[in-house]
Amino acid sequence: MTAVKEIKDVVTILFAGDSGDGIQLTGGQFTDTAALLGNDISTFPNFPAEIRAPIGTVAGVSGFQLNFGSVEIFTPGDQCDVLVVMNAAALKVNIKNLKQGGVIIANTAGFDKKNLRLAKMDEEYTIQNDKKLDGYKVHEVDVTKLTRETLESSGLGTKAVDRSKNMFVLGFLYWMYDRPLTATIEFIESKFKGKQDLIDTNIKVLKAGYHYGETCEAFPTQIVVKAADIEKGVYRNVIGNQAAAIGLIAAAQKAGLELFYGTYPITPASDILHTLSRHKNFDVKTYQAEDEIAAICSAIGASYAGALGVTASSGPGIALKGEAIGLAVSLELPLVIVNVQRGGPSTGLPTKTEQSDLMQAMYGRNGEAPVPIIAAQSPTDCFDAVFEACRIAVEHNTPVFFLSDGYIANGSEPWKVLTSEDLPEIKTEFAAPREETDAPFLAYQRNEKGARPWAIPGTKGLAHRIGGIEKDSVTGNISYDPDNHELMTKLRQAKVDKIADYIPEQKLDNGSFDDKMLILSWGSTYGVVKTAVRDLRAEGLSVAHAHVRYMNPLPKNLGDILKKFDKILMPEMNNGQFVKIIRDKYLVPAIPFNKIQGLPFFTKEVVDKVKEVYNA
Amino acid sequence: MTQETIIKTKPKAQDYATDQDARWCPGCGDYSILKQVQSVFAELEVDRDNTVFISGIGCSSRFPYYMNTYGMHSIHGRAPAFAAGLRSIKPGLNTWLISGDGDSLSIGGNHFIHALRRNFNINYLLFNNEIYGLTKGQYSPTSEKGKVTKSTPYGSVDHPFNPLALSMGADATFVARSMDRDPKHMRAVLMRAQEHVGTSLVEIYQNCNIFNDGAFFTFTEKETKGNTVLFLEQGKPLIFGANNEKGIVLDGFTPKVVNVADIAAADLWVHDETDRVKAGILARFFDDPSKEGALPRPFGIFYVEKRATYESEMIEQVNKTKVAKVAKLDDLLRGSNTWEIK
Repeated sequence: MTAVKEIKDVVTILFAGDSGDGIQLTGGQFTDTAALLGNDISTFPNFPAEIRAPIGTVAGVSGFQLNFGSVEIFTPGDQCDVLVVMNAAALKVNIKNLKQGGVIIANTAGFDKKNLRLAKMDEEYTIQNDKKLDGYKVHEVDVTKLTRETLESSGLGTKAVDRSKNMFVLGFLYWMYDRPLTATIEFIESKFKGKQDLIDTNIKVLKAGYHYGETCEAFPTQIVVKAADIEKGVYRNVIGNQAAAIGLIAAAQKAGLELFYGTYPITPASDILHTLSRHKNFDVKTYQAEDEIAAICSAIGASYAGALGVTASSGPGIALKGEAIGLAVSLELPLVIVNVQRGGPSTGLPTKTEQSDLMQAMYGRNGEAPVPIIAAQSPTDCFDAVFEACRIAVEHNTPVFFLSDGYIANGSEPWKVLTSEDLPEIKTEFAAPREETDAPFLAYQRNEKGARPWAIPGTKGLAHRIGGIEKDSVTGNISYDPDNHELMTKLRQAKVDKIADYIPEQKLDNGSFDDKMLILSWGSTYGVVKTAVRDLRAEGLSVAHAHVRYMNPLPKNLGDILKKFDKILMPEMNNGQFVKIIRDKYLVPAIPFNKIQGLPFFTKEVVDKVKEVYNA
Repeated sequence: MTQETIIKTKPKAQDYATDQDARWCPGCGDYSILKQVQSVFAELEVDRDNTVFISGIGCSSRFPYYMNTYGMHSIHGRAPAFAAGLRSIKPGLNTWLISGDGDSLSIGGNHFIHALRRNFNINYLLFNNEIYGLTKGQYSPTSEKGKVTKSTPYGSVDHPFNPLALSMGADATFVARSMDRDPKHMRAVLMRAQEHVGTSLVEIYQNCNIFNDGAFFTFTEKETKGNTVLFLEQGKPLIFGANNEKGIVLDGFTPKVVNVADIAAADLWVHDETDRVKAGILARFFDDPSKEGALPRPFGIFYVEKRATYESEMIEQVNKTKVAKVAKLDDLLRGSNTWEIK
């Protein structure tokens, strides 16, 4: 039977099931195949907070959302078109994430009495009798039974057989979306290399799922999503934290420096450590310190010794590092502080995303302690933004904050492969050795950027003492002089302000200065706002979009841009932080728009809010 | 080169002093330690440009400002963490860490124990004055129980730390004790600390003549020290007393004070600084000297162990991966799984 083929521009699939159901792997495989077919893609995994929550429970539900299309994609999508649920708990948790009229593919074996009990649902529940599912297209497939039947003669135990049921689902979806099995077959062959029985069984189940789609009359339509019009070239897929790790290595290489990464494990930043620790051959030293404080102090010690010192954490860890960041401001040494933000305060929502540490980065220290801040806007931009943070740290001798968040840190998207030649050089300048006959070394004499010399211990003739006590503005010796302290406070601020001369001016991402309204975003909301503004403009609304990555100092022309618009709306995943800075600095009546649910905005939420403000 | 110029280039202790006035209280024990460090440096002809002092916060931690070397006065309790990063990058630097009992054993207790177990090659001078001096006289984690201070007008109820027992517990590879009032002893211990490759922990009893004057007089003054102090010397029996008339024997694991005249010389405990078990027992010689039958307080080198330093292993690992897998940035940027849009 030849199925009818229906063409779609964009499809969003949400895979959901137990942590043990292989959800992330299934999603990852579908992603790789979509990428190979030339679709644009964006993904977002949604992990349960617990490491191994009890099987079948609501707490144990793991999700993987994939948005792919023949058009440009900037987000993992709002609500999904297709919800794949491996058990009752996954349906219970995720039904709200499915579009009205969307497709549910349910593994009926996951709805037996035991699973219903574990999901705290009525034991008499059946999908057929669930009135709430009336508006959806529900396909019940007994994946477990079909997988077992496929492998009846394999000789494998039930446990091993059941473990491959995700391949059945994947095969079935490949049929549904008219995708080839080749990439996944290659993956299986490499993953289980040397274990021929596992290779055979997994491929067999994958194919069984595909053929089930083909022969089962319940699914008359195949959906085709054509290749997107993407810039030609070689691409790879990258997760935000991975991109950040590669960016740190690339920056250190371009600066001709060793990379020292002092850190303490914390969600959702640890993957950067995991990635870096595998690349020690790039002169990378990773140091898992005894605590967050030691982590940053070790990084400052490494910078003092002439390496690119980097520390990373999430909000609670950054709070612990506060005093040492102040010291780095006072010592005026290069340092990159990575904050992969998560929901707060305190432990907050460790596995969920939020943009609520901007104020912490701006002001979270004792005394006047300005620190430049750069925020990444997407998984791939984690590379560019952290590279830029390193450049500023090294060239301006200052600690720099790099802000990411759980959403882009764990999300992935295609990344056009760069070569080292594409990357700018980072100019490292160490103070030169001196002879005794030379004039004495002045540790705080500043250059045209307002930066003091980076004088490495072991350099002849530069012996000097630095510390957290206020220093004389030239010699660096201890000084309690009142005027000197005021001068030093201003000099430290001026040095950070001066960075504005070395960063690009603010541009509009979409629209023009003649538009009525500006959407001003920062960080990981980029993709959603970009998509929303594109859609709104298509509807004829006079809306422009500017996205800020240099949070401190802000681009020099930002104030002029803001004054060109009647209305400014600022969506943020916090209770209104950047909006306070913007209002304070430019005295413009920017309107906050906040979502604080540990989840990214949906495009629709932004679209609706813009219309409300636009028409008010 | 003439004879004169050779004499001229041999450094003097004052060559290691800075032009900054030391700001410790007159009579502070810190002056003596500074002087001995400078004198040891002159004797060893230490290269100033290749030497770094890192300190935390407290009276002792002002030390780097007075040494004409590289120096970092960091934040409270964290000096070992700065030293860790520094040594990971520049293992060739002669690295000294200056800290106090509050800095290392209270706010920085965590970094203290982890530095010792990791065994970075640093000389760790722990100035112990059993008081908080810079904050003007609160009890410290080494103050004796019942100590009356500004913050404990009714006496402290804290059980104090035994810094050397803690160091042994943290698997330090060099554990020693000296005192500010015995320059010769201190010099000898500092020389050995400098020689040791690994974290050389030297506790120095240091008198705070303002807030805790005389805390160690029983160990430092001529009238009493004969009976309260046991100087450890490698390969020599443990004897003490005004006329060396007393000795230590081990009864199983229990140390006992005996009259040397009463026992055979061979029965006396002979000091072996490589014996971890015995060093552990020595570190526990921590009795209140005013109590009847108190064991004497040992000074000198308790324990020395050869163990690879953290930085040497870290650097070796990096070098091995460099050989095993040549670093190519383009390969890293490309990753292992790509596709082409044509």
